[in-house]
Amino acid sequence: MVGDAISHAVLPGIVIAFLLSGSRETLPMLLGAGATGMLATFLIEYFHRRANLQTDAAIGVTFTFLFAVGIILIGAYAGQVDLDQDCVLYGEIAYVPIDLWVTEGGLILGPRPVYILSAVLLVVALFIKIGYKELKLTSFDPAFASALGISTALWHYLLMAAVSLATVSSFESVGAILVIAFLIGPPATAYLLTHDLKYMLAITAALGIFIAFTGYWTAYWLNASIAGCMAVVTGIGFAAVFAAQRLMKTKGSPAEPTRAIG
Amino acid sequence: MQDITDFFSFSDPNVRYVVLGNILLSASAAMVGAFILLQKKALVGDAVSHAVLPGVCAAFLFSGSKNTALMLVGAFATGWLALITIDYIAAKSKIKKDAAIGLVLSVFFGAGMVMMTYIQQSGNAAQSGLDHFIFGNAATLVGTDLLVFSVLAAVLLLVVGIFFKAFALVAFDRPYAEALGYPVRRLDLLLTSLTVLAVVTGITAVGVVLMAAMLVTPAAAARYWTDNIRRMVGISVAFGVFAGFAGAYISYVAPAMPTGPWMVVVSSAIAFFSFFFAPRKGIVPRLYTQHKNRQVITEENTLKMFYHLGERNSHFDGQRSLEELASTREVNKTLLKTALRRLVAKGLLVVRANQWALTAAGYQKAMRVVRLHRLWELYLTKYMDIASDHVHDDAETIEHILTPELERELEHQLGYPDKDPHDTKIPKT
Repeated sequence: MVGDAISHAVLPGIVIAFLLSGSRETLPMLLGAGATGMLATFLIEYFHRRANLQTDAAIGVTFTFLFAVGIILIGAYAGQVDLDQDCVLYGEIAYVPIDLWVTEGGLILGPRPVYILSAVLLVVALFIKIGYKELKLTSFDPAFASALGISTALWHYLLMAAVSLATVSSFESVGAILVIAFLIGPPATAYLLTHDLKYMLAITAALGIFIAFTGYWTAYWLNASIAGCMAVVTGIGFAAVFAAQRLMKTKGSPAEPTRAIG
Repeated sequence: MQDITDFFSFSDPNVRYVVLGNILLSASAAMVGAFILLQKKALVGDAVSHAVLPGVCAAFLFSGSKNTALMLVGAFATGWLALITIDYIAAKSKIKKDAAIGLVLSVFFGAGMVMMTYIQQSGNAAQSGLDHFIFGNAATLVGTDLLVFSVLAAVLLLVVGIFFKAFALVAFDRPYAEALGYPVRRLDLLLTSLTVLAVVTGITAVGVVLMAAMLVTPAAAARYWTDNIRRMVGISVAFGVFAGFAGAYISYVAPAMPTGPWMVVVSSAIAFFSFFFAPRKGIVPRLYTQHKNRQVITEENTLKMFYHLGERNSHFDGQRSLEELASTREVNKTLLKTALRRLVAKGLLVVRANQWALTAAGYQKAMRVVRLHRLWELYLTKYMDIASDHVHDDAETIEHILTPELERELEHQLGYPDKDPHDTKIPKT
């Protein structure tokens, strides 16, 4: 759920970056959003550790607060800001081809978000490749990881930074809320299918690509929001796998209790 | 000033509607929120508030107009469906609850968006303003909305009042509630329905995204002020009412300011204040208590130094220099100096030409700490069968905590001993 928190919490960062830089340049916005995203993770950890606040409440209080601040900022500067709530919340991937990257020489290099998202993909993939062992250990057995001398706090914040990066770079295209569908949907579906982390990562990536294609075609066919359709396809995919597993379980071993462990 | 008098006279019917509406909905949300928080389901409010979107859109598609009642029914239906789905996924697969919440809320929201874009392209003129359901607009509250709010708030109050005991029991000790024969699953379902109802009530005024905050934030703040659930619900409602009131006031004074987000900011401010400054549980009071305890421990350890030095030549009121004191145990000299200064101020030590000595009161106190230490060591060796060279560290901690009653009890149990396990004398008063 931290993904949800971050994706909402980036709103004030985006608005502040916009007000300071006065333009919709991507870099300042990414920085601002990243900063408030990290602030949100920090606040959640701080309240949880220091004030003994239960995690779910810490998340709930922190992100709604930051989100409200963001909306107030937009409201306060509505006159000067070419940025409205809808654009941040829903995003519009259909505008991607319009947002071209034009060099100073007037050379058109193609849509800018494509470059940015490719860079983000590269960074995230590299991060997972390099930190694979540490990430695996800290997620499955934090106690063992710290016994081996791996800093769980450091890797927690690194992972959250990666989540922030992925969230922030996608909000322009799909909006702050639907990012969560793509953050949680594919891995959750993959998690149902396999116990092996490597396979899980591979299935997740494949699902992501599949969702992008089918979601786009559904949207084209219905003439509706692309991001929304992608989210719906994600949901259908999960539901299909979930239902298939339930059916197989009840058919294969009727005597076995169907309740999952954990 | 004019604004304040205008606002508080409530002469403007619009002000009356907005204030009353805000108060009703934030009070009912805060009341349900207290139980949601105690059941550790704080994020459920978030899920419901996103999941109502497809219901609202479906109601609009179905009726072709912005009929508030119908939209609330639609919102209630999908919000409820989302919660049932979350519970089902979490119970029947290895997906964890938080992942299930995230997945369901975003997929429902996505479905809502698809319907919304479809509506926008359908060219139905009535669709404008549909997005008020997402961000809310308390300024547009009218008399009929208020009536709906009042009825919903009354229903919530009544149901929570009737089932108060059962909800409290389920929140704190679910297995016990099951053993007593309470219909726990049905109570869960009831609380779920109440949550959805509270969120749905609020969406027209606060909007779906921020309604989650009005549910959880006042309750989280209230948790820091009391351990009594009745008081907690009361405080939570009071915080909610205050936030609703403040939100209405701010947007009245500065008309560009949205009411809903300010309500959230005000209640978050209350919550942050509570996390930091609430007596006993807040961060600052806890740090202060820790600091106080540490001071007491340093002072008592310093007094012990005088006693131990005195024991060497049975001369307890001798003058001691800083170096002499520091030789008795590992100690930071600056810390020792501040401790000495505090003890002089308390009248437990006297200082003359950089030499310190115990006063009569200081001697009594030093002796008592040493005595507790040695009594405890003896107790550990005698009753816990711990070797006498392993008992020191434990006694070093407990000597600062033992009360006079425990002291008497220890003495009694040990038969009023004279010597500790290291064969040193246990001082007597």
